[in-house]
Amino acid sequence: MIVLDRAGRAAARSQPAQRPRRRVRREQLPVLAASGVLVLVGAMALVPGAFTAADPILADPIATLRPPGAEHPFGTDLLGRDVWARVVHGARHSLFIGLTATVLALLVGVLLGLAAGVGHRYLDEFVSRVFDVLGAFPELLLALLFISLAGTGTANLIIAIGIAAAPRYGRVVRAETLAVRNAGYVEQAALLGIGAWARALRHVLPNALGTIPILATLGLGSAIISAAGLGFLGFGPQPPLPEWGSLLAEGRNYLRIGWWLGVFPGLAITVTVVATAVVGGHLQRRFERRNSL
Amino acid sequence: MTAQTGVTAALRRERVRVVSATVLRKLLSGVVVLWAAVTLTFFSVHLAPGDPVTLLMGENITPEFRAAVIADWQLDQPLWQQYLSHLLRIASGDLGTSFVQQQPVNAVLGARLWPTVALTAAAVVVAVGLAVAGALLTAGRPRWMVALPSTLELVLASVPSFWLGILLLTAFSFQFALFPVAGTEGVRALVLPALTLALPLAAVLSQVMRGGLERALEQPFAVTARSRGVSPWEVRTRHGLRHSLLPAVTLTGWAVGGLLNGTVITEQVFGRPGLGQATVQAVTQQDIPVVLAVVLLSVVFYVVVSTVVDLLYLLVDPRLRRSGT
Repeated sequence: MIVLDRAGRAAARSQPAQRPRRRVRREQLPVLAASGVLVLVGAMALVPGAFTAADPILADPIATLRPPGAEHPFGTDLLGRDVWARVVHGARHSLFIGLTATVLALLVGVLLGLAAGVGHRYLDEFVSRVFDVLGAFPELLLALLFISLAGTGTANLIIAIGIAAAPRYGRVVRAETLAVRNAGYVEQAALLGIGAWARALRHVLPNALGTIPILATLGLGSAIISAAGLGFLGFGPQPPLPEWGSLLAEGRNYLRIGWWLGVFPGLAITVTVVATAVVGGHLQRRFERRNSL
Repeated sequence: MTAQTGVTAALRRERVRVVSATVLRKLLSGVVVLWAAVTLTFFSVHLAPGDPVTLLMGENITPEFRAAVIADWQLDQPLWQQYLSHLLRIASGDLGTSFVQQQPVNAVLGARLWPTVALTAAAVVVAVGLAVAGALLTAGRPRWMVALPSTLELVLASVPSFWLGILLLTAFSFQFALFPVAGTEGVRALVLPALTLALPLAAVLSQVMRGGLERALEQPFAVTARSRGVSPWEVRTRHGLRHSLLPAVTLTGWAVGGLLNGTVITEQVFGRPGLGQATVQAVTQQDIPVVLAVVLLSVVFYVVVSTVVDLLYLLVDPRLRRSGT
C-alpha cells in the first residue's frame, strides 16, 4: 500500500479520500488491467464454456469464412468454425504448455543454480559451463533439436521449451545464491553445525529465491510465445485442436480471403504476453523498491 | 596525434596487445564452446530413445540405407572411436550426410544460406538504425513525449514474430499489394521479412539505448560540452551515443538468439527458402543430420558474433583498450 503523506491525509479527511486514491489508481491502472487480462485468460482456460456456446471443433459448412459480426465476433474459418470459440478454447492448450514448461524450467534451473551456488567449486564450474554452452544455442533451435530426437507430442513440447529456458533461471539463482551464501546468518548456521544441504535448503534457498516470482512471470510470457511459435511451425497440439500458434498457421494460408483468421489468435497471444510483461515489471519494481528501503 | 611519438607508440603497442589478447581469449573460449556443442549433439543422438541408426535414417528405412548410415557414423565401432571421428569430420568442415535428402548436409544447407544471410543482415541494419534514431529522439524528453514510443516498444518487444509477420502480410501484401506474399525475388521480397525480424529487436535495443543515453547526458562531460556551446543535438550524437551503445552491445547474446529464432519463424511466415525453412523441414522429416548441422551452425554464428562484439566494445569504448581494466 502507498502511505499517504500529511497533505494527502488532510485531503483525504476533507474530501473523502478522493484525490490521493485517484492518483494511486492511475499509476496502478496498467497493472490492474494486465492482472485482469491474466485472470480472464485463466478463466477461459478453465471454463471455456462460460465465454462461448459455440463448438470449437465442429464444422459448419453453411457459415464458412464469415467476417466478424454479431453472430461470430471473430468471424468463422474455412470450415465454418467460430474463431472466437477456437481462441477461447485455445487458451487452455497455450496456457497449459506455457505454465508447465515454466514450472519445469524453474525446477531444473533452481536445482542446478542452487547446486552450483552452494556446491563445490568444481561443481559450480561445471554447471556454469553447461549454462554457457546451452546459452550459445538459440532456445527455439534447442527445442527443435529435442523434438526431432524425441518426437512430437505435448509432453515433448513442454520438456523442449522447459529445458531450453532452464539456463536463464539457473544463472540468476546461482548468482543470487552466491550473494546469499556468505551472509552472516548462513555463516552462523554453519557455526551451529547445520549441514551444508540443510543450510542450502533452509537458509540460502528462501533468501535466494526472492526474484523467482518475477522471473517466472516474465518467463511465462516467453514460454507462451515459444509454445505458440512451435505450434505455428506445426510441432504443437495437432489440428483440429485449437492451439493459438496452430490457429495462426491455419490462418496464414487464407489471409487473402479472411484477415480475421490471422489477426485474432495473434492478438490473444500478444495481449496475454504483454500482460505478463506488465505484471512482471510491476513485481520487479516493487521488489527493488522493497530492497532499497 | 601529436608529436609525443614515444608515448603514442607505447600506447599503441599496449592497444595492439590488449586487442590481440582479447581476440585470442575469445577464439579459445569459442573453440571450447564449439567442442562442447559438438559433443552435446553427438551424445544426444546416442541418448535419444530408440536405435541411433533408425533415428539418423529418418524416413528412408531400407537395408541399404542402414548399411550406409552405419558406415557414415561408424556405428559398428566403439563409442569413443565414433566420437573421435565425428569430431574430426566436423573440424574438417564436413557436416555429414542427409539420408532423407540423399546428399551431403553441406550441399543441403549451402543452397539455403543466402536468403537467410540477406534477411539477417538487412534486419540487423534496420534494427540498429531504428534503435539509434529512436533513442536519440526520445532520450531525456518529457514524459508525455516518451509515453507513446515506450508503449510501442513494450508492445513490439512482446509481439511474437509470427504474428507481426502475418499482420504485415495482411496489411501490405493483401490489403495493399505493395510487397510480394512469398519468395526471395528482388529487394521488395526482403522488406517485410526484414521488418518482422527487425522491429522487436529495435524495440528492445532502443529501450536500452535510451537508458544509456539518459545516464550519459547527466554526466559531467555532457554538462561541460553544453557549457561550451555545443548544440543539444550534437551533445547527443557526438558525446552521448557512444555511451548508449555499450549496454546495447551487452544484449548481443540475447539478440543473436532472437535473430536465429526469428529467422526460423519468419522464413516460415514469408515462405523464404532459407536455413530456417530447411530446419523446419528437417525436423518434420526427422532429418537428424541436418538438424544437428543447423544447431552447430547457430553456435558458430553465436561464437563469431560474440567475438566481433567484444572487439566492438574495444572500438566503442577506448577506456577498455588499456590493460588492467
